Amino acid sequence: MALPQRKTDIGPPHYKQFLPPVIQKNYGKWKYHEVLSHGVMVHVGESGDKLWTVRVASPRLLSTATIREHCDVAEKFCGGFFRYTTRNNVEFLVSDEKQLEPLKKDLTARGFKMGGIGAAITNVVHTQGWVHCHSAATDASGLVKSIMDELMEYFESKTLPNKVRLAVACCVNMCGAVHCSDIAVVAVHTKVPTVKHELFKNMCELPTVIGSCPTRAISPDPANKSVKINAEKCMYCGNCFTVCPPISIKDPERDGVAILVGGKINSLRSNPKFSKLVIPFISNEPPRWPKAVAAIKHIVEVYAANARKHERVGEWIERIGWERFFSLTGIDFTFQCIDDFTFMRDTMRTSSTFKW
Amino acid sequence: MKKYDTPLIDELEKGPWPSFVTEMKKAGKNNEMANDAVGHLEKCYRTKVGYWKHGGIVGVLGYGGGVIGRYSELGDEFPGVAHCHTVRINQTSGFFYTSNALREICDIWDKYGSGLTNMHGSTGDLVLLGTKTDALETIFAEYSSRGWDLGSSGSALRTPNCCVGPARCEWSNYDTLDLNYALTQEFQDEIHRPMFAYKFKIKMSGCACDCVASIARADMSIIGTWKGNIAVNQDEVKNYAKNGMDINAEIVNMCPTQCISYDGKEMKINDAECNRCMHCITKMTKALKPTGERGATICIGSKAPIVVGSLLSWVIVPFIKIEPPYTELKDLIRKIWEWWDDNAKPRERIGEVIEMKGMRSFLEGIGQSPIPQQIKEPRKDPFMFYTEDDMAAFKAKEAEEKKTGKYKF
Repeated sequence: MALPQRKTDIGPPHYKQFLPPVIQKNYGKWKYHEVLSHGVMVHVGESGDKLWTVRVASPRLLSTATIREHCDVAEKFCGGFFRYTTRNNVEFLVSDEKQLEPLKKDLTARGFKMGGIGAAITNVVHTQGWVHCHSAATDASGLVKSIMDELMEYFESKTLPNKVRLAVACCVNMCGAVHCSDIAVVAVHTKVPTVKHELFKNMCELPTVIGSCPTRAISPDPANKSVKINAEKCMYCGNCFTVCPPISIKDPERDGVAILVGGKINSLRSNPKFSKLVIPFISNEPPRWPKAVAAIKHIVEVYAANARKHERVGEWIERIGWERFFSLTGIDFTFQCIDDFTFMRDTMRTSSTFKW
Repeated sequence: MKKYDTPLIDELEKGPWPSFVTEMKKAGKNNEMANDAVGHLEKCYRTKVGYWKHGGIVGVLGYGGGVIGRYSELGDEFPGVAHCHTVRINQTSGFFYTSNALREICDIWDKYGSGLTNMHGSTGDLVLLGTKTDALETIFAEYSSRGWDLGSSGSALRTPNCCVGPARCEWSNYDTLDLNYALTQEFQDEIHRPMFAYKFKIKMSGCACDCVASIARADMSIIGTWKGNIAVNQDEVKNYAKNGMDINAEIVNMCPTQCISYDGKEMKINDAECNRCMHCITKMTKALKPTGERGATICIGSKAPIVVGSLLSWVIVPFIKIEPPYTELKDLIRKIWEWWDDNAKPRERIGEVIEMKGMRSFLEGIGQSPIPQQIKEPRKDPFMFYTEDDMAAFKAKEAEEKKTGKYKF
């Protein structure tokens, strides 16, 4: 069969055709919204119209079979309209209140999990990991599944002081830019890369490889028509192997994850913040990463017990001080927690007004 | 199809959170590629290492991006994933879909690809995971003939992305969905044909809540804001108090500029001191509303840590009106790219170039004046550039002062 005529540079379809009638009518004229439960909120328009949103968890990696199931639900209760969120949840949009309870019942019967709205832990932003990525130092999807199985109660309730945003990056490249999360897992390599000298001259460009290193650890190795790496300067960022495949950094025994906390992206109350390193290394322990999961759960619980209402993790830590964060959580303070990279000078203490 | 024994990843089918392994197996039931991806992943779990290879020139005719070449080192063992390329489909503004549209997307993908997707990838695209090189042209013909275009990859303008905006949010200060659509259409060439030093991301949020994390991960962050007062509905304030809100503890004391007062009856806001952080509005959404002029703050330069550390976007234009046809904004974007093109080394994000060349060079390059809203604090060091023009201006001011007898700082 002949292929249809291809078209280029048409851009995406216009969004208007995908908006349900209640949104078309109340577009830009919403008055307020209320979170009714951990998985349901209602938006009220100036017109008095109401739109209920039911949020459902998704593993981000979806088969077409499951997307079709989302379509089935949307057709049954929502006139075929639904959306996904920036954190990979699915949202079913209902304008007829009579459909709300049947929709929730149907979702439950199908095994979908409702939640993630309000002062809760919602879906975890993450990267591809071993499922599909060339530079992964861990599996992101497996970590997310393990973490969320353990923290499910916080997805299905809104009892935390404020929302807690979790993220997982399967290498320091952080495709999902997880570096401003309340709690972030970042997979790390911890070994100086090896170079396959015999392949280097055919596959790599010398100045690009040298230029790729942020710590100037790479220098020419004329004898091998290749490069050498100074172990004392290498911080295992992996930027070199991205530009030069014969450089290899993966190591099953030395790859693992680090945990950073206290980041946020909104400007509510305080400015956006980067997450900061608190646990430098936990070995990869597939399939369930028990230690990493336990560490995250522990941090969430200490936060929940100590923070004031509305405080995010980072705001809570800034109020009590980092020294108190370490004593409250019992996390070991290590040399890795003291910056020796780009922004070192901004992170040292310059007064004696600390706490014991 | 070969049936794989997968004791390790089977563990990830247990527990309440939805399982990606179940998704892969569902797709693998009648798809060789997805089935081999299951076996491939089990091997990663057994050996604790990944086997994917990056790169290769793959794509569709006339485009330089939108498809990411992916190969496995284990092609002999898992032939289904020897090639396993990613196709990025340009998502809809705000991720709204109809079931008909998505069913069509699924039908095509089942026919030519793995049946596996990401809804959505981090940049925003609808991501189709896994197909072979010789299927790419067919896939593109099928999708584009039905109105779906590829998204972006490589050193290009990455697929622009926005929050849910006025479609379903009372806080949006501009039409994020429309701007997202307009910019995506305007810059089709920059999206599909990598022509920059490195990637360039534009993300649009309607307010300071920043639901697409634009401040942290967009080279250009467009964050909605307003110039005007916050209107207070005192009846609703009373309702919040009656319903158990401790207004002093939760609102007044948490206001970063301490511009709110509440005497147990009335709430007052000193609007001149408000920095529009949104805390009070998000907590008392029925009682408080911004009024006055709406627009956005333009920030520039955020990125993840590779290569020299993470950056958050810096304010460059504190306020700009965001109204169709968005000419001023489009012109600004073009000027920003021109300066970046002139100054960047390969693989240098714009934030890194601004750090190297200095904010003054950048602001002059794009024709923006200095203004206190751009900084947290002035510099601490006295090592600065004085151009001939700067000195002439200082001298002219002093001459004027001599003439009038009045100092002008």
